[in-house]
Amino acid sequence: MKKIEAIIRDEKLGAVKEALKAAGVAGMTVTEVKGHGTQKGITEVYRGRQYAVDLISKIKIEAVVDDKDVKTITDTIVDTAKTGSIGDGKIFVSSVDDAIRIRTGESGLKAI
Amino acid sequence: MRKFSYLFILMFILMMVASSTAWAQDGLDTGDNAWILASSALVLLMTPGLAFFYGGMSSVKNINNMIFMVFMCISIVSVQWVFWGYSISFGGGDIGGFFGGLSVAGLHGITPDSLSGTLSEYTFVAFQATFAIITVGLILGAVEGRMKFNACLLFIVLWATFVYDPVCHWVWGGGWAGNLGILDFAGGTVVHINSGAAALALVLLLGKRKGANVRPPANVPMVALGASLLWFGWFGFNAGSELAADGRAAFAWVITNTATASAVFAWVMSEWIYRGKPTLLGAASGAVAGLVAITPASGFVGPLGAVQIGIFAGIGCYFACVKLKAALGYDDALDVVGVHGIGGTIGAFATGLYTTQMVTGPDTPNGFFIGWDAAGLKQLGLQCIGLSATWAYAFTATIIIGLVLKYTIGIRTTEEQEDTGLDITLHGESGYHLETEAADTLKV
Repeated sequence: MKKIEAIIRDEKLGAVKEALKAAGVAGMTVTEVKGHGTQKGITEVYRGRQYAVDLISKIKIEAVVDDKDVKTITDTIVDTAKTGSIGDGKIFVSSVDDAIRIRTGESGLKAI
Repeated sequence: MRKFSYLFILMFILMMVASSTAWAQDGLDTGDNAWILASSALVLLMTPGLAFFYGGMSSVKNINNMIFMVFMCISIVSVQWVFWGYSISFGGGDIGGFFGGLSVAGLHGITPDSLSGTLSEYTFVAFQATFAIITVGLILGAVEGRMKFNACLLFIVLWATFVYDPVCHWVWGGGWAGNLGILDFAGGTVVHINSGAAALALVLLLGKRKGANVRPPANVPMVALGASLLWFGWFGFNAGSELAADGRAAFAWVITNTATASAVFAWVMSEWIYRGKPTLLGAASGAVAGLVAITPASGFVGPLGAVQIGIFAGIGCYFACVKLKAALGYDDALDVVGVHGIGGTIGAFATGLYTTQMVTGPDTPNGFFIGWDAAGLKQLGLQCIGLSATWAYAFTATIIIGLVLKYTIGIRTTEEQEDTGLDITLHGESGYHLETEAADTLKV
């Protein structure tokens, strides 16, 4: 099992969510997050006073999937979340030891 | 506490005596009276409008404190006005052209039949009360995030008494400025220069906020809502200042709207050209700048003069907020000096340029840009005397009031309170609870 964490643009959530459903991802967790990477932030101006906004709001989608599906799913995310400009986000893939469904106590792949 | 109760009993007896001295009069014009009563309600709505205008611009951790301070002006000045404010401003004769007397303190002797021109005197009392209330409120935008609440409440009553009431008397209550022929239709000097100069004095005494506590506006849509309520209420302010439901009131209404609309456009274009982007905050600020500048001029200048005053206000106040503040280094949080001080000065000066006998009749001269004559130049000189005297008096008197408060109860909150935010530390309530429901638990 692998955990896919994709940090994407706010406005891409709808498209990515639908694409992941279509690709057969059973469940996902979505969080509103703030951060920055290569995109160093933006400047807002209020009555001539400048404020540096260096933590920009993004969406983090987490989904735990079967190892064999990782490639398809990350490709799907890249395809749907990409604009080609700075600030498109990143995807992190990590190993997951186990998963347990609270309602039934099932574990492993059956639980995801 | 016992002393207070004696005071209340005394007040009560005075009220009883006063209420027995009614006499019948004719001369009340029901149309005028109705319009000014409605105007009073319009102007009163401006103060909560101002609270939202300022609240939206505050840091999110001080938003309640800001709205609360402005709201308390209604509570405190309404009562101060009845006790002695109206008397110092309008009642009981004239002391050296500077103060009114105290003979109508507690509205003593004013009955439902008393008249002020064609109005019930109570209509006049109500209308003028709303001006006193908002003028104090205007100052408080400058002190965002760093003024002690008890000092603020004392400041409100002291400033209304020792600054607003005398300056109001000078111009409208039979004092020296009105007698000299200085033109101020609805309060360019009395309300706007007065509050702008006071704001400058107060921020110099308070000192700057820490850089980390200078935050972007909490809620720009709320600023737009506040500006819209101010614009709406301002028709009572300016068209009501005619004190009659006549053609000149309608004229002042159109002049006010025209200048304000022009100022919105001028401010937005200024920032668009100068900074590259037009903003909603700029449009809301431009509206207030235009309303401020047209206030002294609204019953004196023609429609095209109003457009020009609006443009001056939009451009002038924008650069006062962006450039002048940075150049001089004072920390006027929400630009009371830039919008009200500078806007009021532009308006009071421009009244001397554009006042026209088409509106006023032969009683006052044509402005310098209308008549191009010596009488216009003299009027311009009078306007300069009025605005300089107001700047000087309001600044000095506010410094004195501020120093008294500073060395008795203190005026500045602690650094720790400012870092956490005044909403939590002074009031124990947050402006917004947008976190998930599980974060708060009701204590039974």
